[in-house]
Amino acid sequence: MAEGHSIEDIRKHVRVYMMVFGALAVLTVVTVGVSYLDLPFAPALTLALVIASVKAGLVALYFMHLVSEKKVIFWMLALTFAFFLALILLFIAAKNGHGGSVLVP
Amino acid sequence: MQIPYTTTIRPDTGVYNAKLGVWLFLASEIMLFGGLFSAYVFLRMGVPVWPGEINGHLYTSAAEIVSIPLATLNTMILIASSVTMVMSWASLMMDNFARYRLYMGATILLAFGFLVVKAFEYGSKFDHGYFPAESNFLGIYFTLTGLHALHVVGGIIVNGYFFGPGAKMWKTDRARFINRIEIAGLYWHFVDLVWIFLFPTIYLI
Repeated sequence: MAEGHSIEDIRKHVRVYMMVFGALAVLTVVTVGVSYLDLPFAPALTLALVIASVKAGLVALYFMHLVSEKKVIFWMLALTFAFFLALILLFIAAKNGHGGSVLVP
Repeated sequence: MQIPYTTTIRPDTGVYNAKLGVWLFLASEIMLFGGLFSAYVFLRMGVPVWPGEINGHLYTSAAEIVSIPLATLNTMILIASSVTMVMSWASLMMDNFARYRLYMGATILLAFGFLVVKAFEYGSKFDHGYFPAESNFLGIYFTLTGLHALHVVGGIIVNGYFFGPGAKMWKTDRARFINRIEIAGLYWHFVDLVWIFLFPTIYLI
């Protein structure tokens, strides 16, 4: 075995994979359902990103085995995610600071 | 001569080399797609109406241009392919090569299914004269989904290699082959993750 898992361990993993699949299917339906609420842009985006993050978290933690991964990987990803957020928020902060459209000088 | 740390854990990192390597690669890919996502935020926040005017028609919701049912189907296709991908790794861990081939084959077929649906989507856009240059919405839509589709093609090539000629390593270096499938799986899950974010932000909001 590559990383010391027994066959019984893998069978337990398989059960978890199927449960995560079910959760992802339900959350996809929720994602589409929520879009029919016709919310304004900012709350719509926030809600969409929260649901997407839950789905992404499930894929990352269980399909990509992050839940049992070494800390070095986890912290590297946390750092990456922090930079990703900064990238997105920079544009929003710049627009708010400017007081108008980002396209107008 | 044996390449070190392809199966044994490297003492300082705590993981085998390829695993650290692929996660570093995925971190760079997060920033690649992150840059394009921030471009989308930037373009969208700059205008009062989104998608806005295309070919003389004013659109107030993305659903008027793109197909939500097709994109939902594609979301389920990719999620299913992530399940079959991790099951192909689990099959190898349980010493079942035939099962591995079945699941890997399913992953590749689902990936092709995704591209077929994409081809229908793009085709219907082009039929209506909606090309990337026509508007900011179409530009960012084609760029984001196009780059993602290229990543799906890359995944098909890698998974196809491991389904076919690459599978010979199962006989010669079993543990290393299992690790290769784990790495390919990590890349494939990432492709799924990008779509999980793309779908609501472009199609639904």
